[in-house]
Amino acid sequence: MAIEDDVVVIGGGLAGMTTALSAAREGSRVRLLSHKESTLRFASGLIDVLGYVEGEIVSNPFETISALPDEHPYQKVGEDGVRAGLALFDSVADYAGDHTDRNALVPTFGGRIKPTARYPKHTAPGLASDERDTLLVGFETVVDFDAPVAAEHLRETVPFDVRGVTLSFPGEFRTDAKITRLAHALDKNERVEIGSSENVSQSEPVRIALAEKIKPHLGDAERIGFPAMLGEDHPEDVRATLERKLDVEVFEIPMGPPSLPGMRLEAQFESALKEAGVRITTGNPVVDFESGDNGEISAVVVERNGAAIPFHGEQFVLATGGLVGKGIDSDREGVREPIFDCRVPAPEDRYEWSEDGAFDNHAFARFGVQVDDELRPLDSAGEPEFENLRAVGGVLGNCDVSAEKSASGVSLSTGTVAGRKASDEVNP
Amino acid sequence: MANDAEVLVVGGGSTGTGIARDLALRGVDVTLVEKGNLTHGTTGRMHGLLHSGGRYAVSDQASATECIEENRVLRDIASHCVEMTGGQFVQLEGDSDDYFEEKLRGCRECGIPAEVLTAKEARDQEPYLTKDVKRAISVPDGAIDPFRLCVANAADAEMHGARIETHAEVTDVLVDENDVVGVEVRHESGPGKRNHARPGTKEEIRADYVVNATGAWAGQLGEMAGVDIEVRPSKGVMVVMNCRQVDTVINHCRPKGDADIIVPHEVTAILGTTDEEVSDPENYPEEGWEVDMMIDQLSKLVPILRDSRTVRSFWGVRPLYEPPGTGTTDPTDITRDFFLLDHEERDGLTGLTSIVGGKFTTYRAMAEQISDHVCDQLGVRGRCRTADEPLPGSDDFSILRDYMDEFGIRSPIGRRSVQRLGSRADDVLKTDGPNPVLCECEAVTQSEIQDAIDGSGTDLNAVRIRTRASMGNCQGGICCHRMANELHPEHDEPTAREALDELFQERWKGERHALWGEQLSQAALNYALHATTMNRDAPEANGGQDAETDTIDFSAFDAGRNGKGVVDGDGGINGD
Repeated sequence: MAIEDDVVVIGGGLAGMTTALSAAREGSRVRLLSHKESTLRFASGLIDVLGYVEGEIVSNPFETISALPDEHPYQKVGEDGVRAGLALFDSVADYAGDHTDRNALVPTFGGRIKPTARYPKHTAPGLASDERDTLLVGFETVVDFDAPVAAEHLRETVPFDVRGVTLSFPGEFRTDAKITRLAHALDKNERVEIGSSENVSQSEPVRIALAEKIKPHLGDAERIGFPAMLGEDHPEDVRATLERKLDVEVFEIPMGPPSLPGMRLEAQFESALKEAGVRITTGNPVVDFESGDNGEISAVVVERNGAAIPFHGEQFVLATGGLVGKGIDSDREGVREPIFDCRVPAPEDRYEWSEDGAFDNHAFARFGVQVDDELRPLDSAGEPEFENLRAVGGVLGNCDVSAEKSASGVSLSTGTVAGRKASDEVNP
Repeated sequence: MANDAEVLVVGGGSTGTGIARDLALRGVDVTLVEKGNLTHGTTGRMHGLLHSGGRYAVSDQASATECIEENRVLRDIASHCVEMTGGQFVQLEGDSDDYFEEKLRGCRECGIPAEVLTAKEARDQEPYLTKDVKRAISVPDGAIDPFRLCVANAADAEMHGARIETHAEVTDVLVDENDVVGVEVRHESGPGKRNHARPGTKEEIRADYVVNATGAWAGQLGEMAGVDIEVRPSKGVMVVMNCRQVDTVINHCRPKGDADIIVPHEVTAILGTTDEEVSDPENYPEEGWEVDMMIDQLSKLVPILRDSRTVRSFWGVRPLYEPPGTGTTDPTDITRDFFLLDHEERDGLTGLTSIVGGKFTTYRAMAEQISDHVCDQLGVRGRCRTADEPLPGSDDFSILRDYMDEFGIRSPIGRRSVQRLGSRADDVLKTDGPNPVLCECEAVTQSEIQDAIDGSGTDLNAVRIRTRASMGNCQGGICCHRMANELHPEHDEPTAREALDELFQERWKGERHALWGEQLSQAALNYALHATTMNRDAPEANGGQDAETDTIDFSAFDAGRNGKGVVDGDGGINGD
């Protein structure tokens, strides 16, 4: 029997999961096809909606969206779409920031502060608009985060005192132990050696040993920031223990890959998808599609161990990500969307894809498919490539989500709207 | 007034550091000045080929003979900088048989061990060679790390009393009547190690004798001394691949042509090159078609290169020279010999000699001849020892020990560190604290970075060339900030930040020539990590010390549900 769904979503990142959830909640039978590990592992786990417009920091994204160019994805979904995206997110994730329209300023592991719309509860006590004195704690082997360097830079910026200290993580972990290994030790509160007396070695639960190491450095600090590694499965327990033992609030600073906040968020979305009855197929790439009558898409083709397996559907949503997620591909000759060959405009000379400075206004950062108000990819004549294909998230062009700090917001809003529209087509 | 040095060498490339070491070993008091970091000019911008001499076995047999001799010397004295990969001169179907025979005969006449490989033997050795291979000549070509070699030369010169001053650009040559008596330099960041503390200070360094070893820049220095030196800088492009498609040096066996060599270098392969005269060694166009030509041409020898990942490209300038009046029009015809221009003989100006032309592989022999000449001028008698005495790092370096347990680092990382460090491995890697990996692509640990910082201060590009950190697939996206963090607390945070920005931009610049496919995807990830996750692109993050506090109104932002500690503003609370 052929595999048949109402809505088929291609891509398992934040945009794809949002789309699938949105469509399923509207009553559709939804299939989510995901190839590799989600890019949430690479993302900070913060939900940025709009942090900068033309180099100016944005304190309230909703007052600023209307200033964006017409081609921006936010203009396609409108302020309502952005709000709908956040509402869906709030129903899934255990995050803070939903009490206000304003952005929060969150310290980054590079010692900057970043405007963001939603932040994990574990990050909440670290906000820069909260003026309590702060201690940052780093670990010798967690090389991405140098607490004294980050503190010194933050101190120039924020209206409170910040100090940083580098400690050795308690216990005998390998020097190159991944932070996921340390996070699991904290999850399980493993016992670690803390030295020996009279040839009898002594051990302690790792959370306690960690708190003991920090105590002498606490000083006047009213909160302590750690790199985001305080547990993967039981972060609330880890944080609660540390707060109890140290008698101050504890927060996490979002990190680069592998990102524990990103992984935790993925887990929360996965249970929401399961609850909504979305059927998920992972591990193999979508490589092609089949056309039905009228040139519409009738199925996408997944390659599994050399076999081509069609997944039929009524409506399709492309959520394969941008250049990082390989939803947009390129070679020396040009840029393309590899599954449906949707048009991706790019300068002919590849030297115009980028600029001289690493943080200049790069064309590549805006590469992606062009869409109409229905979020359908457009061909060179401005007509929809397919009547039943929509595109969401990173695969969309016309916005530099890194410079704007809008990646999550674009994924959530376009995913929510496209999921709803696709579902409406199937179940009017 | 007493002079600061007996000999002042200008130029910190292979020639300059080679001369400094040679003279220092002979007991001469030497100062070397270099405007950038070591290898800043031509030496750091080559493909890293240790010639067997095979390349010149037809066109220039004297050079070929000298190459194979120096090839053997460098294997001896610089074992930790050399990888004897071996090489092939590959004949494709349609290439001249006569030239192949001539090449083979030439190699043998010059004492270069050369064996003919059948097509099958050639492809057994290098499986990715095209099926169009007819046969090949196997020769002892190798790969050499020019950075490591120059640093070792400079370090040994220092150990023997020399002063090595980087980031010190010569701004004037001091001439007293018809005698060169020294130079004036501008320190870009103070004397000694780079520390950004005293940029722009000037210093006069007086010396009995000045050696102009600035290669393609020799004419510019000559001008300051009032003499005319007609160097003919010629640019060449090199394309860096993300892995070693070949394990031996692959040369195309044909008379001459662009894009005919692939050099396996560490974990990469480097495609080269072109030969095009330019007017200014500093400013010349770097064009995309040159990169395309490398890939298109060399994929005829090794077809998988066509769809392989390139990580960046770079260009170098050769310091070609020919005596006035020779009139060669094609730079590929200009001799690769070196010339010693004694300006007393040539221009009636005493105290100055310029070195122009020459090849990297024979840098030591060149340095020996120049040092002989300088010693003659100074009346110094000292025997050249550079052919016998190993460079630092290469002494007693015969067996790769199992460093996995010894240094607490995992085997492949340990092996690579030890290969880079040679006999210095013990000194560098033995540390009381943990020694985590900072650069995962190139397997560089914290203690290696710290050792490099000891040698080069806050110039992370100098740290990079000493260690290879940030030179792998990610081109620094994952490790640049980790390297910069190592500068702290010895240097303050703004210094570390500035060093990070400088390295990140330098990595970006070369990567732009490889921005398609996998590497464009990598660049997008680097951009996302540094701009999105760290917010390093924020305008207020880069506007200097006070910019951020001046521009951000904290009370306009969310202070959390309880808004602890915020003095004014209501936090924009809606509903709740």
